[in-house]
Amino acid sequence: MNESAMRLHDAALVERLYRSLYRIRRVEEDIARRYPGNDIKSPVHLSIGQEAIAVGVCEALAPDDVVFGTYRGHAMYLAKGGDLDRMIAELFGRVDGCARGKGGSMHLVDVARGVMGTSAVVATTIPNAVGYAYAMKLRREPRIVVSFFGDGATEEGVFYESINFAALKRVPVLFVCENNGWAIHTHQRQRQATLDICGRVRAFGMDAQRIEDGDVFDIHGTVAAAAARMRAGDSGPLFIECMTSRWREHVGPGEDFELGFRSREDEARWIEDDAVAKLAALIPERQRAAVDAAVHAEIENAFTRAAASPFPDADELHRHVFHER
Amino acid sequence: MSDEASPMSVRTLSYVDAIREATDREMARDASVLLFGLDVDDPKAILGTTQGLVAKYGPERVFGTPLSEDAMTGAAIGMALAGLRPIHVHIRMDFVMLAMNQLVNMAAKSSYMFGGQQHVPLVVRSIIGKSWGQGAQHSQGLYPFFMHVPGLKVVAPSTPYDAKGCMSAAVRDDNPVMFVEHRILYYRQGPVPENDYQVEPGRARIAVAGSDVTLVGISYMQLECLRAQRYLESVGVSAEVIDPIWLAPLDVDTIVASARRTGRLVVVDNGWTTCGAGAEILAAVGEACAGGPAPSMQRMGFAPVPCPTTPSLEAAFYPNARTIAACAYDLVHGGAQGWLPAERDDLKSIEFKGPF
Repeated sequence: MNESAMRLHDAALVERLYRSLYRIRRVEEDIARRYPGNDIKSPVHLSIGQEAIAVGVCEALAPDDVVFGTYRGHAMYLAKGGDLDRMIAELFGRVDGCARGKGGSMHLVDVARGVMGTSAVVATTIPNAVGYAYAMKLRREPRIVVSFFGDGATEEGVFYESINFAALKRVPVLFVCENNGWAIHTHQRQRQATLDICGRVRAFGMDAQRIEDGDVFDIHGTVAAAAARMRAGDSGPLFIECMTSRWREHVGPGEDFELGFRSREDEARWIEDDAVAKLAALIPERQRAAVDAAVHAEIENAFTRAAASPFPDADELHRHVFHER
Repeated sequence: MSDEASPMSVRTLSYVDAIREATDREMARDASVLLFGLDVDDPKAILGTTQGLVAKYGPERVFGTPLSEDAMTGAAIGMALAGLRPIHVHIRMDFVMLAMNQLVNMAAKSSYMFGGQQHVPLVVRSIIGKSWGQGAQHSQGLYPFFMHVPGLKVVAPSTPYDAKGCMSAAVRDDNPVMFVEHRILYYRQGPVPENDYQVEPGRARIAVAGSDVTLVGISYMQLECLRAQRYLESVGVSAEVIDPIWLAPLDVDTIVASARRTGRLVVVDNGWTTCGAGAEILAAVGEACAGGPAPSMQRMGFAPVPCPTTPSLEAAFYPNARTIAACAYDLVHGGAQGWLPAERDDLKSIEFKGPF
């Protein structure tokens, strides 16, 4: 997006998007930096490089809209307003964690903020999102659900079952495919007979569009328009494929270029086109410094509070297997 | 437990009508209850158990689904997270295998792995088939799979009374409940109160009191145990027959107390014995009796093969009243006696004759 187009966006939106992008990046970089220490008790699947999708989508949602996601869910959780203190405490395995230390990084949840949960099994939350949207439609609520998943999920049978049912019942769910090209170390070309995910979705009678460059304004604008259509009543479900890049390894704090299955050059255009840096450049220096300082303080606080939170007592082991009223 | 009812209001209903009535009552009482699954809204209405409900509650609350067990189970979980109380129906338990990921990885775990922030009030109905060549993929009793997983409740009512009371309790439960039905039990008639009542989780019922041997029959095998009790009675053996009703949570105490009293226990499962519900019950009784006198115990169940279709082999695949009686008789007499009762017309198994 060029400079003149940028000016069309109001300054408040630019700051909001930047703040969310920078906050997620710094949280995850801090997680990666501290990972070799012994505080984080959970495998982490970092979203670094992919933040523009979660931020562009969630900034276009209302607070009472809900999202379902995946084990690579830090960005979605934070972008939707999930509590940072409780997220870090969860990674530390502490009782103040969002899942009381029983879910870890792959099962972040904040129901009050509409973060309905994430799964460690690919494609598993897609039908959950559809069912939630069915409930909204049944109750005539003007809310929507967003289902986040990766390109690998579109190979699972439940994906096709889910989009068929969503289209059949015209429920207000927005499917957001975060296509980073890789299922762990295997490229989409080695997994899918054709790469045209949107084409496959359109065969179900659903509008689908692909955003090629990961531009956060494009994503935000596209989702805002889609959300308005769905809220208005009867657009039915919609599908957006966002191309992106995973800069880090599938799981863990490091990079994976040394494994040889891909090179830094393969991802170079994405790294050079970093959304965080691009938005930082759009904000006056003093204003940006204030945002950054506030983010740094919030993150430092979150890690400090997590470290001060106790581990769950032994009696917590048997709690919550069933619902406690 | 609120299953005491005024005798004035008790009618004789079939198992089918008991399920239909409980579903109807719960849907009338609570607008958040939904009913769906393959064919729930078709003319046959899941063998009558969903008859008339689409007309009464409309196609948004009662609907047939695509042939997508996996996604529809996931959607049911999503609905439950949104505050609805879905009932998802499978006309055969075998089809539930297509939904294992959602049941085991999400429904069972959402409360725990999300630290109590989520819960999944969901009822999954499924029917076990038997006879008339149902065969390998229409007759499996796979409920032990679900007993194995913390976070799921499992119920297998055998009487119309329990079918209604358990369905009502399952719908009102805030957790996922696997509601296990049996095709042959659909013919069973019995007293069912008109009013609402719940047969709550974790309480077994002594169906017939006895003193020489305890028979625990699960699902359809409860019927065969009741017939076995009659055969045993004719040779002077007094059998106590227990229906566990709920398999998870399981009322071990009632079974232990009975087995201690009679000194002998036969558990007859409506599935394979290896890692089955019977294995679990025997293990629990054995542990409860550790260090003291333990009852002599036997388990019976399906032959360890897929269910064959031809009647000659199918007859040998299932335990029946006569083989159960023989097993109990041997236990009472401390060894193989070679006794097998001649089949009595009044205790013959009712078989499904088709056509579909």
